[in-house]
Amino acid sequence: MNSHALIPFLPLAAFMINIVFGRKYLKEKAHWISILAVAGSWVLAVTALIEVLSGRKFNYDLYTWILSGGFKVSVGFLIDELTVVMLIVVTTCSTLIHIYSVGYMHGDSGYYRFFSYLSLFTFSMLMLVMANNFLQLYFGWEGVGLCSYFLIGYYFNKKSASDAGKKAFIVNRFGDFGFGLGIFVIFLTFGTVYYEPVFSQAGNFADATVQFLGYDVHLMTLIALLLFCGSIGKSAQMPLHVWLPDAMEGPTPVSALIHAATMVTAGVFLVARCSPIFSLSETALMVVALTGAVTSLFAATIGLVQNDLKRIIAYSTVSQLGYMFLACGVGAYSAGVFHLYTHAFFKALLFLCAGSVMHAMGGELNIQKMGNLKKYMPVTYFTMLIASFSIAGFPGLAGFFSKDEILWLAYSGPSPVGKLVWLMGTAVAFLTAFYSFRLIFLTFHGKFRGTHEQEHHLHESPKSMTIPLMLLCVGAVASGWVSIPHILGGHANFAEFMKPVLGHAEGHGTHAEEWMVMAISVSVGFAGIGLAWFMYMTRPELPARISQQFSAVHRVLFNKYYIDELYSFILIRPTIWVAKNILIGITDARIIEAVVNGVPNSIAAFSAGLRRVQTGLMQHYATIMAAGILIIAAVMLLR
Amino acid sequence: MVPLNWYLLLSAAVFMIGMFGFLTRKNIIIMFMSAELMLNAVNISFIAFSHFLQDLRGHIFVFFIITVAAAEAAIGLAIILALFRNKQTAHVDEMNEMKG
Amino acid sequence: MEQTINNTSGFPILSMLIVLPLAGAALILFISRANDRAVKMVGLLFSIATFALSLPLFANFDKTTHLMQFVEQHEWIPYLNMNYHLGLDGISVLFVLLSTLVTILCVLISWESVRMKTKEFFISLLVMESAMIGVFCSLDFMLFYVFWEAMLIPMFLLIGVWGGPNRIYAAMKFFLYTLVGSVLMLVGIIVLYFYAGRTFNILELTNAAYPFKMQLMLFWAFFAAFAVKVPMFPVHTWLPDAHTEAPTAGSVILAAVLIKMGAYGFLRFSMPLLPDATRAMTPVMLTLSVIAIIYGGVICLAQTDLKRLIAYSSVSHMGFVTLGIFALNVQGIEGGILQMLNHGIVTGALFLSVGIIYDRTHTRDIADYGGVASVMPVYASFFIVFTLASIGLPATNGFVGEFLILLGAFKASQWAGVLSATGIIIGAGYMLWLYQRVFFMETSSKVAGLSDLNGRELVALMPMVILIFWIGIYPNAFLSFMHPTVQHLIERVNSGAGQADILGLIK
Repeated sequence: MNSHALIPFLPLAAFMINIVFGRKYLKEKAHWISILAVAGSWVLAVTALIEVLSGRKFNYDLYTWILSGGFKVSVGFLIDELTVVMLIVVTTCSTLIHIYSVGYMHGDSGYYRFFSYLSLFTFSMLMLVMANNFLQLYFGWEGVGLCSYFLIGYYFNKKSASDAGKKAFIVNRFGDFGFGLGIFVIFLTFGTVYYEPVFSQAGNFADATVQFLGYDVHLMTLIALLLFCGSIGKSAQMPLHVWLPDAMEGPTPVSALIHAATMVTAGVFLVARCSPIFSLSETALMVVALTGAVTSLFAATIGLVQNDLKRIIAYSTVSQLGYMFLACGVGAYSAGVFHLYTHAFFKALLFLCAGSVMHAMGGELNIQKMGNLKKYMPVTYFTMLIASFSIAGFPGLAGFFSKDEILWLAYSGPSPVGKLVWLMGTAVAFLTAFYSFRLIFLTFHGKFRGTHEQEHHLHESPKSMTIPLMLLCVGAVASGWVSIPHILGGHANFAEFMKPVLGHAEGHGTHAEEWMVMAISVSVGFAGIGLAWFMYMTRPELPARISQQFSAVHRVLFNKYYIDELYSFILIRPTIWVAKNILIGITDARIIEAVVNGVPNSIAAFSAGLRRVQTGLMQHYATIMAAGILIIAAVMLLR
Repeated sequence: MVPLNWYLLLSAAVFMIGMFGFLTRKNIIIMFMSAELMLNAVNISFIAFSHFLQDLRGHIFVFFIITVAAAEAAIGLAIILALFRNKQTAHVDEMNEMKG
Repeated sequence: MEQTINNTSGFPILSMLIVLPLAGAALILFISRANDRAVKMVGLLFSIATFALSLPLFANFDKTTHLMQFVEQHEWIPYLNMNYHLGLDGISVLFVLLSTLVTILCVLISWESVRMKTKEFFISLLVMESAMIGVFCSLDFMLFYVFWEAMLIPMFLLIGVWGGPNRIYAAMKFFLYTLVGSVLMLVGIIVLYFYAGRTFNILELTNAAYPFKMQLMLFWAFFAAFAVKVPMFPVHTWLPDAHTEAPTAGSVILAAVLIKMGAYGFLRFSMPLLPDATRAMTPVMLTLSVIAIIYGGVICLAQTDLKRLIAYSSVSHMGFVTLGIFALNVQGIEGGILQMLNHGIVTGALFLSVGIIYDRTHTRDIADYGGVASVMPVYASFFIVFTLASIGLPATNGFVGEFLILLGAFKASQWAGVLSATGIIIGAGYMLWLYQRVFFMETSSKVAGLSDLNGRELVALMPMVILIFWIGIYPNAFLSFMHPTVQHLIERVNSGAGQADILGLIK
């Protein structure tokens, strides 16, 4: 047996040990088991990377999971270029965040519980990325969703936290609904749900159409879009993005690991993994690109006006995920995955810094009540600044390379909507830079606006928290260097590496155009930073005036376009109303029960009538008897 | 010789009196006696037919009926007595325990 | 004559399984009413012994054949050609095991919660077990009918004597509802008896061919009996009342075994006996199943009573079962059978859990709860496992069953597949909402200071957790029992003379 199986099963073992023995025996030592397990996975992931780099690939089954008629599916592993990249991202982030959590969660009453969930999450995520078939992917998919549910609702005594966990799970179920149907269609088309035969035969069905619910649809478009439903849910794209901002109720390391670096990128992974299917459908790709671009722009605009530290970063995550879909949608899968990989570092870093700030501020999240924290928390300030520069696309940092590659391929690629999404992407780049630095300036610069008590309490976080920050900071700076574009003298190694799995997207344009795209994205980034500086540092009274001037716009943005209210109004409340008033009130109580109770009641009523004849008076009976005899006699005589 | 019809008319008249008494009177003793009257009406018919058909089976039936009627009278009166002790009345309308 | 694999070992294992609980019940009769403990111990011992006796079935079952196994046959009433004829195939064997296991758990869970008429309670429970095993083992239609009706009596008593405040109404409703259905089935049985040449042998009846019109009439006669038991929409309204009023053990047996018998009846009788009618009626059955799934699920969203919510969720889940069965393909039927088992385990476990907390708080109103996870963490962990299994999370048994059913249904009819898949969303909605309201948020005054699970309760819940993960992670251990039987069943259903044309009938 290969050592690959240990990559997910080490964290699983840690989970089981912690959940069984944690409460009574391990308590404050629970983190050791989890950290050792995930670090072990990291080592094995690195060896897997080395194996793949040396040109080996693996695809094997562990055991048969479900066998029913012609349906067979196993638990098995596919280790290829895409898998190892995900393995590295997941295990690295997971290890660092585990370590960070030792400091962050210190003294929490559910310490063992937290670490067991983290381990379970790591297990599920690894099963997801290592799957060699769609059903195991689905297994991991639901597994990470479950851990997300547990961890968002970690502080379960808070109503808002348990609400948010439930919301995340149910909203994801909407996406999984489509995903599941996608798997059905795949099985009915290909007779199997294993990647390898599905992807190799997909070409045979390139022009096939099928009947779906009475409509003739292009088969590959149907499959791709159904799968994409799952991505929309998991990666919080429009219109299923509503759960992610609420998910910030969870502890901050969770936000960093699950809701920034790994789980939410599973949707992008799915699209990249199924690139052979998506590539066969121009319609599906266009839908992916536009969904990504629109979500990206939409989330960025909301991010402009929020005051909650973590929610800003959450909207930024939604926006960046949109970027990744934008990339996949224009056929640049490897650029999307590249952004996934760099984003994991700088976004995890942003969240962990936010956690560090919260730690110092005693749980305060409103950035309007912060300020001047750089004086007290130099490490946090510095690392968060780097992360913000990275996300804003400062030349040379990780975010710059991946963002530039996406924008260039969108601009120059063959996609019919390429130019449009490039424009939107550039606008997002501007907004991203703006809100990221708005956050930096409001949090770390200016005057402290919190209470005295808070100010007295301010301190830098412990080593177990700052060291992961610094390590991630290295990633936020350097992770992009593995793929320096040709135009800057590099070799675009990442795209080359991914070529066997994701194909190769080539831009069709001159060097001059490429320089231009790069220059534009960099300059809008600087413009965004500059505007933030102007509005929050030099003219701090300006934002309030602007929001008064455009109060309607501000209100809409601040309330996130009222999407939550809309869903509540058109979906949740009517369903419960129907359940209460129609199904229980009318169908069950008035119709079915009317019949059920009506039959015996009518029999009873009939008998009640009949009962009156039975007077109990002998003479009545005798009279009737006599009358009967007379009638019979009369009939016989007169016949 | 008296023709058969006369006997039968007598029997019918006695039977009707008995039946009328049974259906209209409220005192349970009288009702009981009316029932006996009906039995005797039947006896008259039996004897009349027996005589005219020269068949003794009619007589045998009558003996049976008289015996049964005697037994019935004994038990019936005992029941009525028991009822009277419980209800302090012989009025039949008060005895409607079998009402549905 | 249909082939069977006779029980040649000389040990009548199936008869023993039926007799052993009865023997236990008889023994309890002789124990003094004052000696409560002895009554319980005898109940426990005999239920464990029955379970132990049923284990060899699991181990020795020949998974390569669809033929009946462990068969015993004796004359019963030769004049009417009724026989005492027992046997198991790949479908029924699992349910015998489920019945014997669930009875143990019911004994355990009733240990302290039943305070009144303990003796009669345990007698009812054991008689119930015997009848349940009998139903699954019978190969003679009359024998089946006897066991089928015999089950009603102890269940009627369990609800009517040891139930909640409105127990009489619920018990009567349960009894009459099911009786009306089974009387129609009896008529159907008699019709078959005369048509097929005076035999009640199910295997012989299966081999006969019946005219299409007659099949249709019989189908609806059987439908009356089985649909009420399942319960399918629109004959489901007895279930919420019965579950709500029944004592914990009654609810558990009702959920775990009793309502499986409806689906079992469809599989054992309606489908193989009446293949043409089955195929003709598939659209109707699929529609009713989809309605049950959505209807039951949406109603759960508005429930305020713990047991009532779980009862309605049963309607929804059993909708999945009938959906799978009437998809008439391998995945659908195997998923359906597995889901019967799953639903028995999961809903049984949910009722056990509700019983555990009801014993402590004496309230079923969800609004009275809140924050239970803080005071009873172990209990909360068990309950979340059951919740997740109920909403079909991968690695739990619910996923395997629901996935196969939906796959089969989608294959049979895209609309049925798509619409019923929404049941998964709704299911997550009501179960998580329930969990949130009971276990999360601030600790309510009614649950403050409750003690966590004790050893006995732990033992009662543990087997369910093990089964949930066992089936979820390695379902082949159970699916492999059914392969040949289901294959054979599908061949039989599709073997009809091809006259299953409802339009032809109307003409």
